[in-house]
Amino acid sequence: MDMQVAKKKLGLKERYAVMTRGLDWKPSYQKMEDIYPYIAYEGIKIHDWDKWEDPFRLTMDAYWKYQSEKERKLYSVLDAYVQSNGHLNVTDARYLNTVKLFISGISPLEYVAHRGFAHAGRQFPGPGPRVACLMQSLDEIRHAQTQVHAVSNYNKYYNGMHDFHHAHDRVWFLSVPKSFFDDAITAGPFEFMVSIGFSFEYVLTNLLFVPFVSGAAYNGDMGTMTFGFSAQSDEARHMTLGLEVIKFILQQDPANVPIVQRWIDKWTWRGYRVLTLVAMMMDYMLPKRTMSWKEAWEVYFEQNGGALFKDLARYGIKMPDCAAQIALEKDHLSHQAWSTFYNYGAATNFHSWMPDEDEMAWLSAKYPNSFDKHYRPRYEFWREQAAKGNRFYNKTLPMLCQTCQIPLVFTEPGDPTKICYREVDYKEDKYHFCSDHCKKIFEDEPEKYVQAWLPVHQIYQGNCFPEGTDPTVEGFDPLAAVLKYYHLEHGRDNLDFEGSEDQKNFEAWHGQATKNI
Amino acid sequence: MSTVFIALQTNEDTRQIVDAILQDNPHAVANEQPAMVKIDAEGKLVVRRETIEELIGRPYDLQEMQIHMITMSGNLDQTDDEMTLFWNA
Amino acid sequence: MAVAAVKEYQFAPADSVDKFHGNQLLYIGWEDHLLFCAPFAFPFPPAMRFGDIIAGVLPGVFGYHPDFAQIDWSKVEWLKSGQPWQPDVEKSLAENGLKHKDVIRLRTPGLTGIKGSFS
Repeated sequence: MDMQVAKKKLGLKERYAVMTRGLDWKPSYQKMEDIYPYIAYEGIKIHDWDKWEDPFRLTMDAYWKYQSEKERKLYSVLDAYVQSNGHLNVTDARYLNTVKLFISGISPLEYVAHRGFAHAGRQFPGPGPRVACLMQSLDEIRHAQTQVHAVSNYNKYYNGMHDFHHAHDRVWFLSVPKSFFDDAITAGPFEFMVSIGFSFEYVLTNLLFVPFVSGAAYNGDMGTMTFGFSAQSDEARHMTLGLEVIKFILQQDPANVPIVQRWIDKWTWRGYRVLTLVAMMMDYMLPKRTMSWKEAWEVYFEQNGGALFKDLARYGIKMPDCAAQIALEKDHLSHQAWSTFYNYGAATNFHSWMPDEDEMAWLSAKYPNSFDKHYRPRYEFWREQAAKGNRFYNKTLPMLCQTCQIPLVFTEPGDPTKICYREVDYKEDKYHFCSDHCKKIFEDEPEKYVQAWLPVHQIYQGNCFPEGTDPTVEGFDPLAAVLKYYHLEHGRDNLDFEGSEDQKNFEAWHGQATKNI
Repeated sequence: MSTVFIALQTNEDTRQIVDAILQDNPHAVANEQPAMVKIDAEGKLVVRRETIEELIGRPYDLQEMQIHMITMSGNLDQTDDEMTLFWNA
Repeated sequence: MAVAAVKEYQFAPADSVDKFHGNQLLYIGWEDHLLFCAPFAFPFPPAMRFGDIIAGVLPGVFGYHPDFAQIDWSKVEWLKSGQPWQPDVEKSLAENGLKHKDVIRLRTPGLTGIKGSFS
């Protein structure tokens, strides 16, 4: 009998080469520019697509193997979590509001990212980046699906999550993340890769996922922790792809450098403005804090981003100018954001509240230069008024930034007592901005941003009421009509946490879970 | 020199991987955070397959790390035997 | 700079004045009172008397703040697009030169918010 000799396996490098090279053919009866119509117009020059290499050298066969294992792990934990009524083990029902923010603000972006990477992958003529984009596109739809599955468990018990996708496309503050991603997918494939693949995934995603997932773990939310970690295991690969893409584009042609620098400047700022929501989540919405926004920013942007831009200096890329303003805002961002949601707590799909005495002490300790001086007096006043039955609900719509779509809540760089106003005259109209950086982004591409769907202006145009609404009738209540259009129920999905149905139910159910009634 | 890092989930599989990394990179520092371990190292960090195999007592494919990774920082190069994170500047 | 695009890229602005049913947008901010997190946006008819904003609109908007009742309206300083500006309360928005999407601010000397914190 012949001895079976095990065939020598290919090494990782050879396997990667075999699976990602030579997959194409030269078209003979179609022109390359007809097959890849979006590859030239952004001005990026690529001379040799084969120079692109995934440093993980992951091939599709290995991809399926590891992804399926991740899914098995995830769903066994989710099942156990649901079977043991895990939702009653979170630190405090206030915590659930972070989940509401996540499912309506972030999960829909995962789906758009799926579409974006599918599109970018289709447009790139090089098989290496195409394979990597395919994997990332599949990752992103997996994230959207697992997040919806994990959060659907909470939706059975708590308010505000029931129509998250409808909300994402309509609710005033959700236009901030939505317009951010819409801006990215309507750009060309190279700008998309720099915006999402590099600026968001590499430079900023740690600030979204690591604190959020650690926060979930710290607050007893095993469901969110598990989907978060499962998604995050893909993020490590996405970050690597993002960095490789940048290096690849920069190495291909020196003419690419100024284009890429402008995109990095733009998308670092755009992404940072979206992270305003994360800042307030970390400092205000997690009952048990992991680290402050300021600390997370210092670790993940200032140290890590600093190292990154030092490394990219040899290509002629520098740290975005906006980093200087961001450094000035880190003592203020989360407080200004939470004040905003406290103001407009009647128009949100989650609850807001004033921090208690212990939480204020934590904020004072973490923000010694800003909290007691600028924010504590405001909060104490609001708390006193709420105790007297006069909880502040701001019912007048705010002025929005034309670019990031956040209300003009940010203060002048270096002066936290003055709102920052910027404006530009373009053609027939005036346009307003929260900052020099949002203004610059508009000035670079005004034709794009004059089309912005600004929720406040849309409401005043009459486009945000349920069909058949007559806003001219006597006693018309625009806020009530807008909430109906959002599919939110007044008094249930919105307003203060104190007195909410979530608060009452959690207390009652938690009691049942620990006593024999 | 800048710091590179890798963060792994805290679980039974990664306990020995973390040990192996610390053994091979004496300059590395492990920071335990809720549900995760972040390993920071000046300049460069090398994860070696052989060391992991010695500690877990079975063959190991470095791509299995995909399942447990949370985040990383630095340029990456992966072969059958090593996964290296590094900064050039 | 223009948008990089594969073909001509021109679109009508989403917020031109013709879309507001006879109104124009006016933004109003109260300096040194960050209890109101941002300036406000209003759709007003251009023929509206400026004084009617002060008497009829602002109390409902800013009245929650204890400083509001203290305002001496004869001393209020106004800014339009960040520059000193003097409205005539008897005249209309249009006669005061206010156009669609103009931004005005009021400064109330001596009033510096909750416990002087500019809140």
